[in-house]
Amino acid sequence: MVPATAYLALSAVLFTLGAAGVLVRRNALIIFMSVELMLNSVNLAFVTFARQHLSIDGQVIVFFVLVIAAVEVVVGLALIVDIFRSRETVDIDDVDLLRG
Amino acid sequence: MTSIPPVPLGLLAPELVVLAVAMVVLLADLWLPPARRGLLVVAAVAGAVAAAWLGLGLPDGVGFAGTYVRDGLTRAGQTLALAATALGLLVAPEYLRRGGLDRGEYYFLVLVAGLGAMLMAASRDLLLLFLALETLSVPLYVLAATGRGSVRSQEAGIKYFLLGAFASAFFLYGVALVYGTTGTTRLPEIGAAFSAQPVSASAAAGVGLLVIGLGFKAALVPFHTWAPDVYEGAPFPAAAFMSVVAKIGAFVALVRVFPMTLGALALHWSALLGALAVLTMVVGNLAALLQTSYKRMLAYSSIAHAGYLLVGVAVGTPQAVGAVITYLLVYAAMGTGAFAVAIALERGGAEADRIDDYAGLSARAPLLAVAGGLFMVSLAGLPPTGGFMAKLGVFLAAADAGLPGVILALVGFLTSVVSVYYYLRVAYVMFSPAPSAGVTPAQRSGVVHADATAIAPGSGTAGAAVRLHASPLLNLAVLVAAAAVIQTGILPSTVAALGAQVAALLR
Repeated sequence: MVPATAYLALSAVLFTLGAAGVLVRRNALIIFMSVELMLNSVNLAFVTFARQHLSIDGQVIVFFVLVIAAVEVVVGLALIVDIFRSRETVDIDDVDLLRG
Repeated sequence: MTSIPPVPLGLLAPELVVLAVAMVVLLADLWLPPARRGLLVVAAVAGAVAAAWLGLGLPDGVGFAGTYVRDGLTRAGQTLALAATALGLLVAPEYLRRGGLDRGEYYFLVLVAGLGAMLMAASRDLLLLFLALETLSVPLYVLAATGRGSVRSQEAGIKYFLLGAFASAFFLYGVALVYGTTGTTRLPEIGAAFSAQPVSASAAAGVGLLVIGLGFKAALVPFHTWAPDVYEGAPFPAAAFMSVVAKIGAFVALVRVFPMTLGALALHWSALLGALAVLTMVVGNLAALLQTSYKRMLAYSSIAHAGYLLVGVAVGTPQAVGAVITYLLVYAAMGTGAFAVAIALERGGAEADRIDDYAGLSARAPLLAVAGGLFMVSLAGLPPTGGFMAKLGVFLAAADAGLPGVILALVGFLTSVVSVYYYLRVAYVMFSPAPSAGVTPAQRSGVVHADATAIAPGSGTAGAAVRLHASPLLNLAVLVAAAAVIQTGILPSTVAALGAQVAALLR
């Protein structure tokens, strides 16, 4: 039997990978995928904690998180497509008009 | 045999009104002829006002399996959110019509964002708080990008979205860690569980992650880097609305989570929040000194005000929390007002975003210049305006709370003195004579705005004249905001009732 801490450790690793991806990668789509990875690592943590506490709450929360992730996809992809149409790139280093 | 829990929809009446009006606005836009779009704004504002009136009359209650609460903080937070929504709606139509952006969706998005802020005020559960945070944030990402065809607006939208989603993930991981240590997401049970046992490392990390998520929304240093870029790129009315409503949602949630839920553990978090407050006040005010763009100046100013507000939360006494609520009300008026004055101006088809653009305003629109000057004086925190009374309330409450509070109040006072310079510079420009013909404002100030001309077909040329546009709704917004700033400055007791309600919850 795999102990719960192993799942929590995996969740933490995935979350860190996602956060590192957001900070390191320059492609808006990849950054966005990294954010989704972070959200899903949190889902893993929720399910593990729900199992530990033998409560259903954590499992239900996962469904809410999935919905929020889908909402973010709708808005995020629309924005990214809009950017690509006007600039022919989704590299965020090229999206740099605003500074000062 | 399990019974279905009761569904107390009456508790949700104000939210339901806002949601219904939002839906009506979205659908009516499909059939209304363009000339009659003004009706949408009127309907949306009427809905916000009706919801606020309804909410003030509802009795206290807890519902939806303990996730939703209606108490003094809910009432105060929802009234603030609805006031900000109404002002945010009023400042938009004139700008949108001018830019060819006049669509019903804009008002729909503003109403939904307002709904999110209302739910944040009523959350008694971390999951509901997360959902409310997203209901507030997602429409704001879209609002930042509504300047369709403007690459700057697109850029503001994508920056806000990517960083906002990043911050939301941190917030959610915080929720997971708190759930892991306590086995619940209900705030009162979390408070009880944290008080019953020594605080574990994972619980502390979870609460820290919650601060990151909310701190991002409130634009606290060091989670503020998005704010200047997003405000600068977003259309003026969207920037006006998001600067205010996101702060209301975030600070009401911070009050709910920290002083109200974790009040017994104040030793653990007040130092952290106090340090963030000092950092936010110092960085926000110093950076604002350097700006030539009006929007960026207001962005750093809003960061600085987040610092003053956080002083009240960090101190956490009933008096301080009441002062935070009053401060939010005054900030909603003066923040939106400062943007509204700029919305009335336009330079060569683009936004009049340079501080130099306001030269000569007093000669052309004396009342607008007086209102603009009033908002600047209030933002700087000088009497006899609401900004002065609000700051005084927060700093006095902090000074009453012992040594750390005295330090916070002192830093707040000193940084306010710094802020007088950049606010009054704008007021001074508004009342100075207009630049003579042939000399562009850019040449006059010696600052070259290469990017203002290099991008975006449709954006104005640097030398074009600044023109004045005013519409009845925009004038109404400026008038309401100015009246609120003066009234809270001269008769602060009239709004103290909202703050007192919240303070009573903590006693």
